[in-house]
Amino acid sequence: MSAKIRKLLTFVEETRLEMGRPVEPPTRRAAAVAVIENPFAGRYVEDLSELTQIGEELGRLLTERAVAALGIPGDRAESYGKAAAVGEEGELEHAAAILHPKLGAPVRQVLGKGAALIPSSKKRGGPGVALDIPLGHKDAAFVRSHFDGMEVRVHDAPRAGEIVVAVAVTDSGRPLPRVGGLTKDQIKGEDGLR
Amino acid sequence: MPEVVLRKRALIIEEIFHEGGPPAAVPLKRGAALAVIRNPFAGRYVEEIAHFMKDLEPLGIEMARHLLAGLGGDAKAIQGYGKGAIVGAAGELEHGALWHAPGGYAMREVLGGAKAIVPSTKKVGGPGTRLDVPVTHIDASYVRSHFDAMEVGIADAPKADEMLLVLVMTTGARIHNRAGGLKASEIKGEDGLR
Repeated sequence: MSAKIRKLLTFVEETRLEMGRPVEPPTRRAAAVAVIENPFAGRYVEDLSELTQIGEELGRLLTERAVAALGIPGDRAESYGKAAAVGEEGELEHAAAILHPKLGAPVRQVLGKGAALIPSSKKRGGPGVALDIPLGHKDAAFVRSHFDGMEVRVHDAPRAGEIVVAVAVTDSGRPLPRVGGLTKDQIKGEDGLR
Repeated sequence: MPEVVLRKRALIIEEIFHEGGPPAAVPLKRGAALAVIRNPFAGRYVEEIAHFMKDLEPLGIEMARHLLAGLGGDAKAIQGYGKGAIVGAAGELEHGALWHAPGGYAMREVLGGAKAIVPSTKKVGGPGTRLDVPVTHIDASYVRSHFDAMEVGIADAPKADEMLLVLVMTTGARIHNRAGGLKASEIKGEDGLR
């Protein structure tokens, strides 16, 4: 069964100055967000595979939209993250069913690679609840310059029987990174960590 | 003449398919362009501020073009608009009023003439403050189906010495509008009201 989508949103942020210093090139990140009906709202359902299928479908749709919003080919993406907020008549486990089993594979297809775990967050909340989508380098989770987060929210969602699902993609790390650690030009890209 | 120092810009696009009723044949799009700039008058009382409106004109045009592109690029598809400003805590509400003329002028310029006043709102606030930007029909303020609003904000803006400027455009009426009143098809288009 496919997702019943009420709304789609995209958010693009571009930072050109940080503490008065130019960020060159500007750091850019995009989030694509879907507001969907929660097919299991208001009741306990043991088998969550329907939501898992929805996760797979949204993984492709949202990643394609985020990359398009940045105006880059998928393989130019540097970091990524995902998150979901379940309305009050749903379970946290519903977010897990969307995010974890199958959403990642199509994300990686769109981006060409993606050896690293896709960092994620989830919560239950009412309309307008803020999602802080964690971000990490897509090929090496330990790249310190790319540990980041992007806040998104949809003022009228999730309603009680809805789920907000978000995928974030960047073409850069934090503005003016200078806390050391593994840098992106040192990535081996074999184990997803370094 | 204070220059316009841009720290960050953001683009938000919402695509609305339904709100519990029958899905629309053409989804409604709402878009917002946001710019975070330094407030040249922060931290002190400055009597003569009106000259800054002229400085904001090029930024307004750039934001309006960016927003139109994000909504598909066809000026004829735009039916509603609005604008707003959030002034950081070291500034005055009056600084936000500087956005009225350049923000409105920019949208009219890019849309090729629009008769109605651009509805607006403003406030003083800290980082993450949300603003409900009012939206009305671009040619006739009384068109009831197009009375709308879009909530926007940026997690890390405005800082105390910044201003967050917003332009909003929409491609149509509220998704399930049925509250009567003047219809878009009944616009005379002479006075900007009806």
